[in-house]
Amino acid sequence: MRSLFAFTSGIRTMNSSISSTSSVATELPPRDLKRSASSFLLWAIILGLLAWSWEGADMRPMALFENSGNMVDFADGFFPPDFLMWKMYVEEMWITIQIAIWGTALSIVCSIPFGILCSENIVPVWVYQPVRRLMDSFRAINEMVFAMLFVVAVGLGPFAGVLALWIHTTGVLAKLFSEAVEAIDPEPVEGIRATGANALQEVIFGVIPQVLPLWISYSLYRFESNVRSATVLGIVGAGGIGMVLWEYIRGFYYAETAAVMIIIIISVSLLDMASQRLRKLVT
Amino acid sequence: MLVVDISGLNKSFTRDKRALNDVKLQVREGEMVALIGASGSGKSTLIRHIAGLLRGDRDGGKIAVFGETIQENGKISRGARKVRTEIGVVFQQFNLVSRLSVLTNVLMGLLGRVPAWRGSLGLFTKAEKMRAMSALSRVGIDAHASKKARNLSGGQQQRAAIARTITQGARLILADEPIASLDPASSRKVMNTLDRVNREDNVTVIVSLHQVDYAKDYCKRTIAMRDGEVVFDGPSSELTPQFLQELYGEHSSELFADGAAVSTKPVAKPIAEKDLAVATS
Repeated sequence: MRSLFAFTSGIRTMNSSISSTSSVATELPPRDLKRSASSFLLWAIILGLLAWSWEGADMRPMALFENSGNMVDFADGFFPPDFLMWKMYVEEMWITIQIAIWGTALSIVCSIPFGILCSENIVPVWVYQPVRRLMDSFRAINEMVFAMLFVVAVGLGPFAGVLALWIHTTGVLAKLFSEAVEAIDPEPVEGIRATGANALQEVIFGVIPQVLPLWISYSLYRFESNVRSATVLGIVGAGGIGMVLWEYIRGFYYAETAAVMIIIIISVSLLDMASQRLRKLVT
Repeated sequence: MLVVDISGLNKSFTRDKRALNDVKLQVREGEMVALIGASGSGKSTLIRHIAGLLRGDRDGGKIAVFGETIQENGKISRGARKVRTEIGVVFQQFNLVSRLSVLTNVLMGLLGRVPAWRGSLGLFTKAEKMRAMSALSRVGIDAHASKKARNLSGGQQQRAAIARTITQGARLILADEPIASLDPASSRKVMNTLDRVNREDNVTVIVSLHQVDYAKDYCKRTIAMRDGEVVFDGPSSELTPQFLQELYGEHSSELFADGAAVSTKPVAKPIAEKDLAVATS
């Protein structure tokens, strides 16, 4: 009660101080009608968009409460998690990480030339436009879809997963790499060109030293997300812990599912933390 | 021997205004020429054309360096890269690769001379590295060779850029406002370095300057530009304040000091007079 009083009295003193200075202050700027109208319009569009998507997305928030009994039963099945087979889970998790390592490494190697070829400040329009569209298509198709295709092509197992991550990540990294290249300082490149260097040398010595820290940072970030993606690639038969997870979910072994999920959460968090540290080091 | 030979060069960035207008110019071997003019008068544009970094209009303009055509009729010629190895360019912003070491930056000068594969991999021989080091010691910054370029002061970076042209073995140095972003002491050092390279190695130097007093101190010959045209080409000693005032009209104050201070005042007379005094002293 007392604190409330102190608070209101504080407001009062504030008010008095405002009124005492009001003689100095000029008028408020006139309200910008155009701006408030456009911000109103923006909100109307956002709300309209949400309303329009309600039915299509089958939004039934009440279902969460109506079937609360079922939900409790379902959640109950996960506890306590069953770590009996933990050695196998950890082994599969390592395989998942190894898939991510190779998928990321191959895509970095490919993204360097593709990234350069996507940059409008380096190559002419008839080069970067087609290459960009190619990278768009790599990116547009999800890893899971590539994984399904590669499982057919090279058989079940981690290699299909590596290939899937490789293609998709190349599409993503090439775009990120080229954005870094387009933001460089053109002056050092000109300095290199003026010595009589060829175009490749301009890129090697003028462009790459400038973008390298960003490139490393992007690559580590993609490695993090590739580990996450690799955990589900197993669902379509492309190896790793996802395969185990999918078997347990399909067989209603929820206690084991919980154990696998905990392993995934721990290893993904550890990797994220480690790579975040590394990224801080380079930039 | 003619080092630079420009004839009928035009350049329009936009349709209605010419950045360079019928420029005709000859520079002989061993000369140190100042290029002066207000900002926007076309100094940088002209230098970048000579280096083959910009293309002129397609109306017959031609630039030859050491007798080799570098561009003609708006097209950079095939041999431009070879001619460029003879041309060292020093820029206002130094244009070093800031993350690489000073020594590596200076070695970049050799890219046009060593085999492409070796240059691309950054493999330089001991002799080449020694050559770069001796260039660095000539400009007085060999002690900083292993530092990253960005850790040097502006004046040191500019001298590293000159060391790059020495390592390159350039026979023509084009310096585009090399001292515009430096303090007076560093400016002197940079200009002295250019002067030494000119006298000791018989390297031809074309240097664009914002301040006329430096032109008078260091260069026998001055070329003055206004609105993309060469309006004066002769001995620097003929550049009296009256002459410049006549030549540049209301812009003249800008030639002596940095123009920024002038614009706020309706008439820039007091500033102009003060700076004219500096210029003639």
